[in-house]
Amino acid sequence: MASATATEAAVDRAAVFEFLLSMGDNALILGHRLSEWCGHAPALEEDIALANTALDLIGQTQLWLGLAGEIEGKGRSADDLAHHRDALEFRNLLLTERPNGDYGKTVMRQFLFDAWHYLCLTALRDSSETRIAAIAEKASKEASYHLERSRDLVIRLGDGTAESHTRMQAALDDLWPYTGEMFMNEASDAELAAAGVAPQPASLKNGWDALVAEALAEATLKKPVDGYMHKGGKRGVHTEHLGYVLAELQFLQRAYPGATW
Amino acid sequence: MVTVTRPSIKDIWRWLAEVPDPEIPVISVTDLGIVRDVAWDGDTLVVTVTPTYSGCPATTVINLDIERALNEKGIESVRLERQLSPAWTTDWISAEGREKLKAYGIAPPVDGTAADGRLLERAERLSGRSNLTIACPRCGSTRTEKISQFGSTPCKASYRCLDCLEPFDYFKCI
Repeated sequence: MASATATEAAVDRAAVFEFLLSMGDNALILGHRLSEWCGHAPALEEDIALANTALDLIGQTQLWLGLAGEIEGKGRSADDLAHHRDALEFRNLLLTERPNGDYGKTVMRQFLFDAWHYLCLTALRDSSETRIAAIAEKASKEASYHLERSRDLVIRLGDGTAESHTRMQAALDDLWPYTGEMFMNEASDAELAAAGVAPQPASLKNGWDALVAEALAEATLKKPVDGYMHKGGKRGVHTEHLGYVLAELQFLQRAYPGATW
Repeated sequence: MVTVTRPSIKDIWRWLAEVPDPEIPVISVTDLGIVRDVAWDGDTLVVTVTPTYSGCPATTVINLDIERALNEKGIESVRLERQLSPAWTTDWISAEGREKLKAYGIAPPVDGTAADGRLLERAERLSGRSNLTIACPRCGSTRTEKISQFGSTPCKASYRCLDCLEPFDYFKCI
Protein backbone atom coordinates (compact mmCIF):
# COMPACT_ATOMS: atom_id res chain seq x y z
CA MET A 1 0.00 0.00 0.00
CA ALA A 2 1.39 3.37 -0.99
CA SER A 3 0.35 5.15 2.21
CA ALA A 4 2.00 2.52 4.37
CA THR A 5 5.28 2.81 2.49
CA ALA A 6 5.22 6.59 2.80
CA THR A 7 4.68 6.44 6.56
CA GLU A 8 7.24 3.79 7.18
CA ALA A 9 9.81 5.73 5.25
CA ALA A 10 9.09 8.96 7.10
CA VAL A 11 8.81 7.72 10.68
CA ASP A 12 10.07 4.89 12.77
CA ARG A 13 7.65 2.00 12.48
CA ALA A 14 8.07 1.28 16.20
CA ALA A 15 6.85 4.78 17.08
CA VAL A 16 3.68 4.30 15.02
CA PHE A 17 3.18 0.87 16.59
CA GLU A 18 3.47 2.33 20.11
CA PHE A 19 1.07 5.11 19.24
CA LEU A 20 -1.49 2.64 17.91
CA LEU A 21 -1.12 0.56 21.08
CA SER A 22 -1.88 3.65 23.18
CA MET A 23 -5.05 4.39 21.18
CA GLY A 24 -6.15 0.74 21.31
CA ASP A 25 -5.27 0.24 24.98
CA ASN A 26 -7.16 3.36 26.10
CA ALA A 27 -10.27 2.06 24.36
CA LEU A 28 -9.76 -1.51 25.59
CA ILE A 29 -9.17 -0.72 29.26
CA LEU A 30 -11.90 1.91 29.55
CA GLY A 31 -14.25 -0.34 27.57
CA HIS A 32 -13.53 -3.15 30.03
CA ARG A 33 -14.10 -0.87 33.02
CA LEU A 34 -17.48 0.20 31.61
CA SER A 35 -18.47 -3.41 30.94
CA GLU A 36 -17.98 -4.10 34.68
CA TRP A 37 -21.17 -2.08 35.21
CA CYS A 38 -23.24 -4.44 33.08
CA GLY A 39 -26.20 -5.51 35.22
CA HIS A 40 -25.21 -3.15 38.08
CA ALA A 41 -25.97 0.38 36.83
CA PRO A 42 -28.44 2.50 38.85
CA ALA A 43 -31.07 2.46 36.06
CA LEU A 44 -31.76 0.20 33.11
CA GLU A 45 -31.17 3.01 30.60
CA GLU A 46 -27.79 3.76 32.16
CA ASP A 47 -26.87 0.09 32.11
CA ILE A 48 -27.64 -0.07 28.39
CA ALA A 49 -25.85 3.19 27.66
CA LEU A 50 -22.67 2.03 29.42
CA ALA A 51 -22.74 -1.32 27.65
CA ASN A 52 -23.20 0.43 24.31
CA THR A 53 -20.34 2.82 25.00
CA ALA A 54 -18.19 -0.14 26.03
CA LEU A 55 -19.14 -1.88 22.79
CA ASP A 56 -18.08 1.14 20.71
CA LEU A 57 -14.76 1.27 22.56
CA ILE A 58 -14.07 -2.46 22.17
CA GLY A 59 -14.92 -2.13 18.46
CA GLN A 60 -12.45 0.72 18.15
CA THR A 61 -9.88 -1.40 20.01
CA GLN A 62 -10.15 -4.03 17.28
CA LEU A 63 -9.44 -1.40 14.63
CA TRP A 64 -6.49 0.21 16.44
CA LEU A 65 -4.84 -3.00 17.63
CA GLY A 66 -5.56 -4.67 14.28
CA LEU A 67 -3.63 -1.91 12.51
CA ALA A 68 -0.91 -2.03 15.21
CA GLY A 69 -0.38 -5.73 14.48
CA GLU A 70 -0.34 -5.05 10.74
CA ILE A 71 2.28 -2.31 11.08
CA GLU A 72 4.38 -4.33 13.51
CA GLY A 73 4.51 -7.08 10.88
CA LYS A 74 5.02 -10.01 13.23
CA GLY A 75 1.67 -11.63 12.52
CA ARG A 76 0.04 -10.56 15.79
CA SER A 77 -3.73 -9.99 15.61
CA ALA A 78 -5.80 -7.54 17.66
CA ASP A 79 -6.80 -10.46 19.90
CA ASP A 80 -3.17 -11.51 20.39
CA LEU A 81 -2.24 -7.98 21.42
CA ALA A 82 -5.20 -7.65 23.78
CA HIS A 83 -4.82 -11.00 25.48
CA HIS A 84 -1.13 -11.84 25.43
CA ARG A 85 0.64 -8.73 26.66
CA ASP A 86 1.49 -8.02 30.30
CA ALA A 87 0.85 -4.78 32.17
CA LEU A 88 4.31 -3.39 31.36
CA GLU A 89 3.49 -3.56 27.64
CA PHE A 90 0.19 -1.69 27.95
CA ARG A 91 0.19 1.95 26.84
CA ASN A 92 -3.15 3.22 28.18
CA LEU A 93 -3.54 6.41 30.21
CA LEU A 94 -3.72 5.82 33.97
CA LEU A 95 -7.11 7.57 33.97
CA THR A 96 -8.69 4.70 32.02
CA GLU A 97 -7.66 2.09 34.61
CA ARG A 98 -9.05 4.01 37.62
CA PRO A 99 -11.63 1.85 39.43
CA ASN A 100 -15.27 2.62 38.66
CA GLY A 101 -16.09 3.92 42.15
CA ASP A 102 -19.63 5.23 42.50
CA TYR A 103 -21.68 6.20 39.48
CA GLY A 104 -20.56 9.82 39.75
CA LYS A 105 -16.93 8.81 39.46
CA THR A 106 -17.62 6.62 36.43
CA VAL A 107 -19.48 9.49 34.74
CA MET A 108 -16.76 12.01 35.56
CA ARG A 109 -13.97 9.70 34.35
CA GLN A 110 -15.92 9.22 31.13
CA PHE A 111 -16.38 12.95 30.57
CA LEU A 112 -12.71 13.81 31.22
CA PHE A 113 -11.69 11.02 28.82
CA ASP A 114 -14.37 11.70 26.18
CA ALA A 115 -13.38 15.37 25.91
CA TRP A 116 -9.77 14.34 25.23
CA HIS A 117 -10.73 11.40 23.02
CA TYR A 118 -13.01 13.52 20.88
CA LEU A 119 -10.34 16.20 20.32
CA CYS A 120 -7.63 13.62 19.66
CA LEU A 121 -9.74 11.71 17.12
CA THR A 122 -10.79 14.95 15.41
CA ALA A 123 -7.11 15.82 14.92
CA LEU A 124 -6.32 12.28 13.74
CA ARG A 125 -8.88 12.55 10.94
CA ASP A 126 -6.20 14.59 9.17
CA SER A 127 -3.42 12.06 9.80
CA SER A 128 -0.95 11.59 6.94
CA GLU A 129 -1.32 7.83 7.51
CA THR A 130 -4.59 7.18 5.70
CA ARG A 131 -5.40 4.04 7.69
CA ILE A 132 -5.21 6.03 10.93
CA ALA A 133 -7.36 8.80 9.42
CA ALA A 134 -10.00 6.25 8.38
CA ILE A 135 -10.26 4.73 11.86
CA ALA A 136 -10.39 8.22 13.41
CA GLU A 137 -13.18 9.26 11.03
CA LYS A 138 -15.24 6.26 12.12
CA ALA A 139 -14.40 6.48 15.84
CA SER A 140 -14.87 10.25 16.11
CA LYS A 141 -18.56 9.92 15.25
CA GLU A 142 -18.98 7.52 18.14
CA ALA A 143 -16.83 9.60 20.49
CA SER A 144 -18.83 12.76 19.78
CA TYR A 145 -21.93 10.84 20.83
CA HIS A 146 -20.19 9.64 24.01
CA LEU A 147 -19.14 13.20 24.82
CA GLU A 148 -22.64 14.56 24.32
CA ARG A 149 -23.92 12.05 26.84
CA SER A 150 -21.19 12.28 29.50
CA ARG A 151 -21.13 16.09 29.34
CA ASP A 152 -24.90 16.19 29.79
CA LEU A 153 -24.72 13.85 32.80
CA VAL A 154 -21.91 15.83 34.46
CA ILE A 155 -24.04 18.96 34.19
CA ARG A 156 -27.21 17.28 35.42
CA LEU A 157 -25.52 15.58 38.38
CA GLY A 158 -23.22 18.50 39.23
CA ASP A 159 -26.11 20.94 39.14
CA GLY A 160 -28.46 18.42 40.73
CA THR A 161 -29.12 17.64 44.38
CA ALA A 162 -26.72 18.45 47.23
CA GLU A 163 -25.81 14.75 47.35
CA SER A 164 -25.11 14.42 43.61
CA HIS A 165 -23.18 17.71 43.59
CA THR A 166 -20.95 16.58 46.48
CA ARG A 167 -20.23 13.27 44.80
CA MET A 168 -19.41 14.85 41.44
CA GLN A 169 -17.05 17.35 43.06
CA ALA A 170 -15.35 14.53 44.99
CA ALA A 171 -15.00 12.52 41.77
CA LEU A 172 -13.52 15.50 39.94
CA ASP A 173 -11.02 16.24 42.74
CA ASP A 174 -10.01 12.58 42.88
CA LEU A 175 -9.54 12.14 39.12
CA TRP A 176 -7.99 15.51 38.27
CA PRO A 177 -4.38 14.41 39.02
CA TYR A 178 -4.80 11.78 36.28
CA THR A 179 -5.69 14.27 33.55
CA GLY A 180 -2.24 15.83 33.05
CA GLU A 181 -0.86 12.66 31.46
CA MET A 182 -3.10 13.15 28.41
CA PHE A 183 -1.07 16.20 27.39
CA MET A 184 2.48 15.11 28.16
CA ASN A 185 4.73 14.79 25.14
CA GLU A 186 6.92 11.72 24.90
CA ALA A 187 10.06 11.70 22.75
CA SER A 188 8.36 9.78 19.93
CA ASP A 189 5.43 12.23 19.84
CA ALA A 190 7.54 14.96 18.21
CA GLU A 191 8.57 12.56 15.46
CA LEU A 192 4.97 11.48 14.84
CA ALA A 193 3.80 15.11 14.79
CA ALA A 194 6.55 16.15 12.38
CA ALA A 195 5.46 13.41 9.97
CA GLY A 196 1.82 14.47 10.32
CA VAL A 197 0.84 11.06 11.73
CA ALA A 198 -0.54 12.28 15.07
CA PRO A 199 -0.84 15.57 16.97
CA GLN A 200 1.53 16.46 19.81
CA PRO A 201 -0.43 15.62 23.00
CA ALA A 202 0.25 19.12 24.41
CA SER A 203 -1.45 20.69 21.38
CA LEU A 204 -4.81 19.33 22.57
CA LYS A 205 -4.59 21.01 25.98
CA ASN A 206 -6.19 24.38 25.16
CA GLY A 207 -9.20 22.83 23.45
CA TRP A 208 -9.68 20.37 26.30
CA ASP A 209 -9.36 23.09 28.96
CA ALA A 210 -12.03 25.17 27.22
CA LEU A 211 -14.42 22.26 26.75
CA VAL A 212 -14.03 21.08 30.35
CA ALA A 213 -14.17 24.55 31.92
CA GLU A 214 -17.38 25.36 30.08
CA ALA A 215 -19.10 22.14 31.20
CA LEU A 216 -17.86 22.39 34.80
CA ALA A 217 -19.10 25.97 35.08
CA GLU A 218 -22.53 24.90 33.88
CA ALA A 219 -22.40 21.97 36.32
CA THR A 220 -21.57 24.40 39.19
CA LEU A 221 -18.44 22.35 39.88
CA LYS A 222 -15.13 23.88 40.92
CA LYS A 223 -12.22 23.11 38.62
CA PRO A 224 -9.34 21.82 40.77
CA VAL A 225 -5.99 23.59 40.76
CA ASP A 226 -3.35 21.80 38.68
CA GLY A 227 -1.00 20.12 41.13
CA TYR A 228 1.03 16.93 40.93
CA MET A 229 0.03 14.91 37.87
CA HIS A 230 0.46 11.12 37.78
CA LYS A 231 2.14 9.72 34.71
CA GLY A 232 3.68 6.57 33.29
CA GLY A 233 0.85 4.77 31.50
CA LYS A 234 2.20 5.56 28.04
CA ARG A 235 5.53 4.04 29.06
CA GLY A 236 4.02 0.96 30.67
CA VAL A 237 4.39 2.12 34.28
CA HIS A 238 0.89 1.46 35.60
CA THR A 239 -0.99 1.60 38.89
CA GLU A 240 -1.75 -1.67 40.64
CA HIS A 241 -5.29 -1.58 39.24
CA LEU A 242 -4.31 -2.58 35.70
CA GLY A 243 -3.09 -6.00 36.83
CA TYR A 244 -6.52 -6.85 38.23
CA VAL A 245 -8.21 -5.68 35.02
CA LEU A 246 -5.89 -7.83 32.91
CA ALA A 247 -6.35 -10.85 35.17
CA GLU A 248 -10.04 -10.82 34.36
CA LEU A 249 -9.76 -9.67 30.74
CA GLN A 250 -7.05 -12.14 29.75
CA PHE A 251 -7.86 -15.16 31.90
CA LEU A 252 -9.52 -17.29 29.25
CA GLN A 253 -6.89 -16.82 26.55
CA ARG A 254 -4.09 -17.34 29.08
CA ALA A 255 -5.63 -20.54 30.42
CA TYR A 256 -6.73 -21.84 27.01
CA PRO A 257 -4.57 -20.10 24.38
CA GLY A 258 -6.30 -19.73 21.03
CA ALA A 259 -9.67 -20.90 22.34
CA THR A 260 -12.60 -19.98 20.09
CA TRP A 261 -16.31 -20.61 20.31
CA MET B 1 -13.33 -25.72 -20.80
CA VAL B 2 -16.78 -24.51 -19.94
CA THR B 3 -17.35 -20.79 -20.04
CA VAL B 4 -19.59 -19.74 -17.19
CA THR B 5 -21.54 -16.56 -17.66
CA ARG B 6 -21.00 -14.29 -14.70
CA PRO B 7 -24.17 -12.76 -13.25
CA SER B 8 -24.48 -9.07 -13.96
CA ILE B 9 -23.66 -6.52 -11.29
CA LYS B 10 -27.23 -5.31 -11.52
CA ASP B 11 -28.56 -8.77 -10.65
CA ILE B 12 -26.16 -9.00 -7.73
CA TRP B 13 -27.40 -5.69 -6.28
CA ARG B 14 -30.94 -7.05 -6.64
CA TRP B 15 -29.96 -10.19 -4.72
CA LEU B 16 -28.24 -8.15 -2.02
CA ALA B 17 -31.45 -6.16 -1.63
CA GLU B 18 -32.99 -9.38 -0.31
CA VAL B 19 -30.39 -9.93 2.42
CA PRO B 20 -31.97 -8.75 5.70
CA ASP B 21 -30.19 -6.94 8.50
CA PRO B 22 -29.89 -9.55 11.30
CA GLU B 23 -31.00 -7.13 14.06
CA ILE B 24 -33.76 -5.34 12.15
CA PRO B 25 -34.89 -7.96 9.62
CA VAL B 26 -37.44 -5.70 7.91
CA ILE B 27 -34.70 -3.77 6.17
CA SER B 28 -32.02 -5.12 3.87
CA VAL B 29 -28.30 -4.48 3.81
CA THR B 30 -28.77 -2.28 0.74
CA ASP B 31 -31.58 -0.31 2.46
CA LEU B 32 -29.08 0.40 5.24
CA GLY B 33 -26.56 1.70 2.71
CA ILE B 34 -23.70 -0.41 4.06
CA VAL B 35 -22.87 -2.18 0.78
CA ARG B 36 -20.49 0.30 -0.85
CA ASP B 37 -19.37 -1.55 -3.95
CA VAL B 38 -19.76 -4.78 -5.92
CA ALA B 39 -17.16 -5.73 -8.51
CA TRP B 40 -15.63 -8.77 -10.17
CA ASP B 41 -11.96 -9.55 -9.61
CA GLY B 42 -11.45 -12.40 -12.09
CA ASP B 43 -13.83 -15.12 -10.96
CA THR B 44 -14.12 -13.70 -7.46
CA LEU B 45 -16.90 -11.33 -6.55
CA VAL B 46 -15.69 -8.56 -4.27
CA VAL B 47 -18.34 -7.01 -2.03
CA THR B 48 -17.25 -3.92 -0.13
CA VAL B 49 -19.10 -3.36 3.14
CA THR B 50 -18.79 -0.55 5.68
CA PRO B 51 -19.65 -1.17 9.34
CA THR B 52 -22.47 0.80 11.00
CA TYR B 53 -20.68 0.99 14.38
CA SER B 54 -17.11 -0.12 15.13
CA GLY B 55 -18.28 -2.68 17.66
CA CYS B 56 -21.61 -3.69 16.18
CA PRO B 57 -21.83 -7.46 16.77
CA ALA B 58 -24.10 -7.78 13.72
CA THR B 59 -21.21 -6.99 11.35
CA THR B 60 -19.86 -10.56 11.34
CA VAL B 61 -23.33 -12.00 10.83
CA ILE B 62 -24.03 -9.55 7.99
CA ASN B 63 -20.86 -10.67 6.20
CA LEU B 64 -21.79 -14.34 6.60
CA ASP B 65 -25.34 -13.67 5.38
CA ILE B 66 -24.10 -11.83 2.28
CA GLU B 67 -21.67 -14.60 1.44
CA ARG B 68 -24.29 -17.30 1.94
CA ALA B 69 -26.90 -15.49 -0.15
CA LEU B 70 -24.47 -15.09 -3.05
CA ASN B 71 -23.29 -18.69 -2.77
CA GLU B 72 -26.90 -19.79 -3.04
CA LYS B 73 -27.18 -17.81 -6.29
CA GLY B 74 -24.32 -19.87 -7.66
CA ILE B 75 -21.41 -17.49 -7.03
CA GLU B 76 -18.76 -19.72 -5.54
CA SER B 77 -16.01 -17.28 -4.80
CA VAL B 78 -16.97 -14.23 -2.75
CA ARG B 79 -14.56 -11.90 -0.97
CA LEU B 80 -15.78 -9.32 1.54
CA GLU B 81 -13.75 -6.20 2.03
CA ARG B 82 -14.16 -3.72 4.85
CA GLN B 83 -14.15 -0.03 4.01
CA LEU B 84 -14.00 2.46 6.90
CA SER B 85 -13.85 5.71 4.98
CA PRO B 86 -16.11 7.46 4.12
CA ALA B 87 -17.67 6.41 7.42
CA TRP B 88 -21.24 5.17 7.33
CA THR B 89 -23.94 7.73 8.00
CA THR B 90 -27.65 7.24 8.57
CA ASP B 91 -28.17 9.68 5.69
CA TRP B 92 -27.41 6.67 3.44
CA ILE B 93 -30.50 4.75 4.57
CA SER B 94 -32.80 4.54 1.54
CA ALA B 95 -36.23 6.19 1.38
CA GLU B 96 -37.76 2.73 1.16
CA GLY B 97 -35.73 1.62 4.17
CA ARG B 98 -37.07 4.55 6.20
CA GLU B 99 -40.65 3.59 5.42
CA LYS B 100 -39.95 -0.01 6.42
CA LEU B 101 -38.40 1.11 9.71
CA LYS B 102 -41.41 3.24 10.51
CA ALA B 103 -43.84 0.43 9.73
CA TYR B 104 -41.77 -1.81 12.04
CA GLY B 105 -42.15 0.65 14.94
CA ILE B 106 -38.73 2.32 14.74
CA ALA B 107 -38.68 6.07 14.10
CA PRO B 108 -36.35 6.62 11.12
CA PRO B 109 -33.39 9.03 11.44
CA VAL B 110 -34.00 12.69 10.73
CA ASP B 111 -31.74 13.71 7.86
CA GLY B 112 -29.07 16.29 8.27
CA THR B 113 -28.67 15.76 12.02
CA ALA B 114 -26.00 13.10 11.74
CA ALA B 115 -22.96 13.41 13.98
CA ASP B 116 -20.06 13.61 11.58
CA GLY B 117 -17.76 13.66 14.57
CA ARG B 118 -17.55 17.44 14.60
CA LEU B 119 -19.40 18.29 17.75
CA LEU B 120 -19.81 22.03 17.41
CA GLU B 121 -21.17 21.83 13.89
CA ARG B 122 -23.63 19.21 15.03
CA ALA B 123 -24.71 21.31 18.01
CA GLU B 124 -25.25 24.29 15.72
CA ARG B 125 -27.23 22.22 13.24
CA LEU B 126 -29.42 20.84 16.00
CA SER B 127 -30.00 24.23 17.60
CA GLY B 128 -30.83 25.64 14.18
CA ARG B 129 -33.58 23.08 14.09
CA SER B 130 -35.23 23.88 17.38
CA ASN B 131 -38.41 22.41 15.93
CA LEU B 132 -36.60 19.11 15.41
CA THR B 133 -39.11 16.49 16.39
CA ILE B 134 -39.07 12.75 16.32
CA ALA B 135 -42.54 11.56 15.39
CA CYS B 136 -44.00 8.56 17.23
CA PRO B 137 -43.99 5.65 14.75
CA ARG B 138 -47.23 4.34 16.25
CA CYS B 139 -49.60 7.30 16.53
CA GLY B 140 -47.66 9.93 14.56
CA SER B 141 -47.67 12.46 17.42
CA THR B 142 -44.71 14.81 17.51
CA ARG B 143 -45.01 15.24 21.29
CA THR B 144 -42.20 12.87 22.17
CA GLU B 145 -39.22 12.91 24.53
CA LYS B 146 -35.85 11.22 24.72
CA ILE B 147 -35.47 8.63 27.49
CA SER B 148 -31.90 7.64 26.73
CA GLN B 149 -29.32 8.30 24.05
CA PHE B 150 -28.74 4.56 23.77
CA GLY B 151 -31.28 1.84 23.04
CA SER B 152 -31.40 -1.90 22.50
CA THR B 153 -28.70 -1.85 19.82
CA PRO B 154 -25.83 0.61 19.20
CA CYS B 155 -27.76 2.23 16.35
CA LYS B 156 -30.86 3.16 18.35
CA ALA B 157 -31.92 5.63 21.05
CA SER B 158 -34.93 5.28 23.38
CA TYR B 159 -37.85 7.68 23.11
CA ARG B 160 -41.33 7.92 24.59
CA CYS B 161 -44.54 9.29 23.09
CA LEU B 162 -46.30 11.77 25.38
CA ASP B 163 -49.66 11.16 23.69
CA CYS B 164 -50.03 7.41 23.25
CA LEU B 165 -47.46 6.89 26.06
CA GLU B 166 -45.70 4.08 24.18
CA PRO B 167 -41.92 3.88 24.37
CA PHE B 168 -40.23 3.45 20.98
CA ASP B 169 -36.83 3.15 19.35
CA TYR B 170 -35.37 5.99 17.32
CA PHE B 171 -32.75 5.13 14.73
CA LYS B 172 -30.20 7.65 15.93
CA CYS B 173 -28.22 9.76 13.52
CA ILE B 174 -24.53 9.27 13.02
